[in-house]
Amino acid sequence: MAKVTMTVNGKTRTAEAEGRTLLVEWLREGLRLTGTHVGCDTSQCGACVVHVDGEAVKACTALAQELDGAEVTTIEGMANADGSLGVVQQAFQDYHGLQCGFCTPGMVMSAAALLKENPKPTEAEVRHYLEGNICRCTGYHNIVKAVMAASGQDVAPVAAE
Amino acid sequence: MYDFELVKPSTLQEAVAALKDDEAQALGGGQTLLPTMKARLAMAGKMVALSGVAEIKGICTDDAGRICIGGATTHATVAREATGFPALASLAARIGDPAVRNRGTIGGSLANNDPSACYPAGALAANAVIVTPDREIAADDYFQGMFETALDEGEIITEVKFPVPEAAAYEKFIQPASRFPLVAVFVAKFSDGVRVAVTGASSDGVFRWAEAEAALSSDFSAEAVSGLSAPDAGGMISDLHGDGAYRAHLVKVMTARAVKAAH
Repeated sequence: MAKVTMTVNGKTRTAEAEGRTLLVEWLREGLRLTGTHVGCDTSQCGACVVHVDGEAVKACTALAQELDGAEVTTIEGMANADGSLGVVQQAFQDYHGLQCGFCTPGMVMSAAALLKENPKPTEAEVRHYLEGNICRCTGYHNIVKAVMAASGQDVAPVAAE
Repeated sequence: MYDFELVKPSTLQEAVAALKDDEAQALGGGQTLLPTMKARLAMAGKMVALSGVAEIKGICTDDAGRICIGGATTHATVAREATGFPALASLAARIGDPAVRNRGTIGGSLANNDPSACYPAGALAANAVIVTPDREIAADDYFQGMFETALDEGEIITEVKFPVPEAAAYEKFIQPASRFPLVAVFVAKFSDGVRVAVTGASSDGVFRWAEAEAALSSDFSAEAVSGLSAPDAGGMISDLHGDGAYRAHLVKVMTARAVKAAH
């Protein structure tokens, strides 16, 4: 066991970790930040995506000790300061970009990472970027609409109803 | 996953020293190794994380004009910064998904030599040189079969040097669930001939398709490929996603597409 300290959602947080402790376990069990989900645990599904030093990372496939000192943003850090939903979160609600909600934390974090590097993506770019995030409810169209809306673009051209 | 001790060297010298331990295993980005360890298909007493070794990260161009990529450089960095070799940047941009590309490294991919990985095709087609702390290995000598390479126990990839072809392209027929290639082909045209490397197809791992190289070296066109018969399906991977004959056919199709894309 070793003490691991990271800046999580702007706050300095410390919890113990074994060598094998995954970032997602450290967040969920060490800090009780359970918004980050474990879907597949094999790096396929993307439910566990968080931002590490500003980049999207699958928290089930990164070691907590290796990331000691990193700056991490999780879904809990995406709301506005007054507690209202952030832009991407609000767009998911407005465009019904979720049903069961299990994949949503990862979807929101991936979408936010995309919009940071590409503020006005095309529909094709949104679909390509979200390849590593699997949703078994929505069929993706409403998620794509939500991301287009969050980028301030017209959602009407999004294909297939 | 069984527990282990994690060490985080910050210099190459420290990393090499840590890897002398019989129990030690190098850890690149972990995008293959960590899932393998979770499945208990691999274990190590000591993991040596290379992500903190700054001197084996980043991209530059050497005096011979080769693109030199540090072994611990992520796919995302190669995709963004290997502008001197667009076909290689494009290959890196299509590995896995964005989150995987932010962690996975070129050294990790080449050291693992998955028979369906993307980088082995790029390295073999471009006739890259694999650099370790003690030696340089030509790509033709480096890949030795499925998950087999010329690396010794504890030997790590510090750099990969890519000669830049006159024309090149990587065409990947994706297996959408894994996002690995079902079959992918990297074609690289140099002044002294064309090299064609195939991944995802053979149960011996990445290989050069000699007949296509000969045909394309005299006529660099998709038509030159269509006159060839597909490579022998005998040694091809057969699984639920496609049998050997299907993969052999795809090799020909993807080679022709790559030649077209390289123009």
